[in-house]
Order: sequence, then C-alpha cells, then structure tokens
Amino acid sequence: METKKDYNKIQRSAHIRKTAGNVVIYALLALWALVVLFPFYWMVLTSLKSYGSYNAEHVPAFFTLSPTLQNYVDAFTAVPLGQYLINTLIFTVITTLIMVAVITLAAFAFARLEFRGKNLAFTLFLSLMMIPNELVVITNFTTITNLGWRNTFIGLILPSVTSVFYIYLLRENFAQVPDELYYAAKVDGTPDLRYLRKVMIPICRPTLITIVILKVIECWNSYVWPRLITDDPDYYLVSNGIQEIRENGFGRENIPAMMAAVVVISIPLILLFLIFRRKVMEGVARGGTKG
Amino acid sequence: MEKQNLKGWLYLLPAFLFLGVFMIYPLIDVFVYSFEEGYNSASQTFFDVGMYNYSYVLHDPYFLQAVKNTFILVIITVPLSTGLALLISLGLSSIRPLKELFQTVYFLPYVTNTLAVGLVFMILFKKTAYSDGLVNLLVNWFGGTSVDFIDGPYWAKMFVLCFYTVWVVMPFKILILTSALASVNQVYYNAARVDGTSRFRIFRRITLPMISPTVFYLIITGFIGAFKAYSDAVALFGTNLNAAEMNTIVGYVYDMLYGDSGGYPSYASAAAILLFAIVLTITCINLLVSRKHVHYT
Repeated sequence: METKKDYNKIQRSAHIRKTAGNVVIYALLALWALVVLFPFYWMVLTSLKSYGSYNAEHVPAFFTLSPTLQNYVDAFTAVPLGQYLINTLIFTVITTLIMVAVITLAAFAFARLEFRGKNLAFTLFLSLMMIPNELVVITNFTTITNLGWRNTFIGLILPSVTSVFYIYLLRENFAQVPDELYYAAKVDGTPDLRYLRKVMIPICRPTLITIVILKVIECWNSYVWPRLITDDPDYYLVSNGIQEIRENGFGRENIPAMMAAVVVISIPLILLFLIFRRKVMEGVARGGTKG
Repeated sequence: MEKQNLKGWLYLLPAFLFLGVFMIYPLIDVFVYSFEEGYNSASQTFFDVGMYNYSYVLHDPYFLQAVKNTFILVIITVPLSTGLALLISLGLSSIRPLKELFQTVYFLPYVTNTLAVGLVFMILFKKTAYSDGLVNLLVNWFGGTSVDFIDGPYWAKMFVLCFYTVWVVMPFKILILTSALASVNQVYYNAARVDGTSRFRIFRRITLPMISPTVFYLIITGFIGAFKAYSDAVALFGTNLNAAEMNTIVGYVYDMLYGDSGGYPSYASAAAILLFAIVLTITCINLLVSRKHVHYT
C-alpha cells in the first residue's frame, strides 16, 4: 500500500512538471509567433487607416473602427504601382522560363550524355558555386552598360538566367532515373530531346517545381541588380518601386498609402507560399539560402 | 555506348555561354580592375598598374565605417539568431498540437520582400515630430525614454538593423534545425529516458552532438550571409547609407559603382575582393574550429 501511494505521488508530480514545461514552451513559441506576425498585422492595419486619422494619432492605435480602402486606390493611381507589378511579373516569368530551359539541357548533358571533357566541365561548374555574386556584379554592370542595355528587360534578365546550383540539383535528380529507360527509348529510336521531354521531365517534376518556386521567390525579391541597371521608373521592379515610393512617392508622410503598396507587393508571394507550403519549405530546406 | 561529343557540348552551350559572359569573365575582370590605377569609365583608360586602389579603399573612412558596421552586425546576429533558432526548434520538436501552424507562421519572413517589410519596421521604430512610434510606446511603458531608432544615435540604429536581420534570417535556420532534430534517432532518447537522464543532460550529451554538423553549417552560411548584408540596411535607412553611418561593405561596393558617389569600378573591385578575402578567412577559421567540436557520424 505504502509503495503504491508513493507511485501515485511521483506520477502526479511528474505530470505537473511536464505540464509546466509545456506551458513554458508554448509561451516561448507564441512570443516568437507574435514577433513574426506583428509587422504583418501592423502593415495591414495601417493601410486601412485614413490619412487624416493616422496622422492625428499621437499614440499609435492598435485597431481602427473606420477602415478605408482609399489607400489602395491611391497606391494604384498616385504612383505607378501597377506598372511595377507588371514589370516584376514579366521579369519573373521570362527569367524563370529561360532558366528552366537552360538548366534542364545542361543537367541532362551532365546526367545522361557521354562526351569528352564532361568530368572536367562538371568540376568547373561545381567550383563556380563558390563565387559570390558581389564579385561579378561589377563587371556585369559595365558589360550591360556598354551594350546599351540599361533600362531594358534584356539587361535585367540575362545575368540571372543560369544557376550552377540548380543545374547541380537537377543533375542529381536526373541521375536517379534508371538507365534502362534510356536504352529502351534508344532501341525504339526516340531522339534525346523527346526522351528528355517525355520521360525525364515528368519523372523529375517535383524537383523542377521546387526550383521554379525558389527562383520565383528570388526574382520577386531581387533588389541589387535591378537597382544598378534601371533608373527609369518605367522599368522598376517592386523592390525598387517601393524604395522610389518611399523616397519621393506620395510625399514622405503618407504612410498609410505606403503600407497599402507594401501589402499589395507582399500578397503574391504569401499566397504562393500558403498554396504550395510543403513544396516551398521542402525546397528551401534542400536548396535555399538567405540565412 | 558511342560518344556524343558534339551533342553533349551543344546541350551545355547555353549554360556555358551565360556563365562565361556573366560569371567567369567578370571574375577575372574584377581582379584586373582592382589593379588598374586611375581607371576612367568614360574613356576606359588607366594610368598605371598597382596596389593604389586597395590602399585608397583601406584609408577611406566610409570603408572603415562599413567594415566596422558589418563586423558588429555579424558578431551580434549570427550567434543570436542561431541560438534563438535552436531554442525555438527544440520547443517545436517537443510539441504536437499547433506545431504545423507555428512552423507556417515562422516561415513567413522568408517569402516577404525585404525592402517592403523593412519599411514596416522603419515605421514601427521611427520617431516623428507628432508621434513617437509604436516601439517607443513600449519603451515608455517599461519606463524608458523615447529614442529615434532610425535617425538617432548609432547604437539605436545598429539595434534596429540587428533586430531586422535576425527577423529575416530566422525562418531558414528554424526550418533547417527542425528537420535536423526530427532526424535524430529516437532510440538514443529512449535509452536516456530509461536511465532517468535529465532534459538538460539529454540536450548536451545527445541532441547537440547529433545535430552539430547542421548547427555548424548554419553558422558558416550565417557568417557568409551576414557579411553580405545590404538590402536590410537600405530598407531601414534609405539608399544614402553613408550619411546614416549605417553602410555595409557590400553597400560600399555598390555605392562606389553607381549612384551619387559612384563611377569608380576600380575602388568597387578592390573593396569586393577585400570582402571576399575576409569571408574566405573567416570560413577557413570556422572549418578549423569545427574539426575539434563537430561530431560527424
């Protein structure tokens, strides 16, 4: 009897300790979730406040009772936000399409074809992965300027249509496709390109989707190169657009309208993320940077 | 299998063309630039070959300021973000309900535009003539006096920059650490539990050694990433970073290249190569340290 009571007591105290531990863990996690979410809440909230009521607030208000969509109207009419969005869309789509074509061909050559100098070329490719962008951007700037491609989409797009890392990622995936499929296709007289299109690409679609998503995120957020290569607002992407809006857009003090622009710019990627949540997180875990 | 020499190179051609023009050639060219003294981008001429560009950059107070800022940023944010991410990942891996929700929320900063959300941070921290801003409101609640975090004293601006940088880099670190923690074999934990090992001891003796390669990977990439900080600072303080005393090394490179103080590709090249040398040195030191402390299985 005595021992049984002890046992109950131990169990109860262990239970209490565990619950207390969980409370601490959840509190910590909730705190960080708050830190992450608060800026998003604040930007949506501010974008719904009217210009007058925002500027009348001496102490910031945590909610608003009279939300207005006027700021969103201003964001599209007073500054060329729509133009920035279209530019970014064009830039993102074309860059991603060209890049997928280029890296698929290269990855196929490395994974499937046999040719002289393949190993040497692959080693060279791998060593290029270590080159930081900051080193090459200077000459690229001069090259594009000398070609007269500043303020053009060609100038914006061309330097970012290859990625050694994505070629590597795709090659690894291509190499996993059994050789027998290739030989079977060869016996049937299928040309290489057709084999690539009908067999390799469908099998490796998950990796390709991952690469596309990562590239889209990168394109949507790119700032440095577009800033160097464009000074004509007609060719601004969203990052430069928001910087332009901040420096001489609505007049410095119209913060609610700026926040409306920020919300509009942030929504596409957040939607993309919420729809492809698993894909995005898996992709970043495999090949992401920005750490 | 017959050789397909021509075909193989044909498939590689587009990739090689782009990489050659936009990566291999620039890589050689940047070294050439950095040794050409008095290069004039209009006439494309230079006077002499030598180390003058490096000496100019190393004596430029703006560059020294940028180096100082970058080092402070690196030293504060890398350990802080890695430690915090480890703590949060440990928390995440020990709960079941709401875990997915938390993971989704934590990942959001990764998919946001650095420039756009930086503007929100600026507004939260900024003190204007008619309102002290939200962060200062919190500071006042805790009995402090208002500070202008955006145009105010150096330490306040550095604080905001570090805070924003940590906020931006956390998603990647949490994601990587969570998956590393999930891959630790449960057998070790069960064995430890049978022996009645305390939570802290389990962490020190099992979890940490098992995930040490991942932690180490994050520290290295964290160092490299933080040394290249730039757009976070622009997002908070605007494009004229020199005036705000908040420039970073990468920012210095771009300012030298382009903008109001630009037009000096030689100085920009020298600064970029110095940055590369710093990053390489730090990475090598990291690798040497890791040999002693990282447990590879």
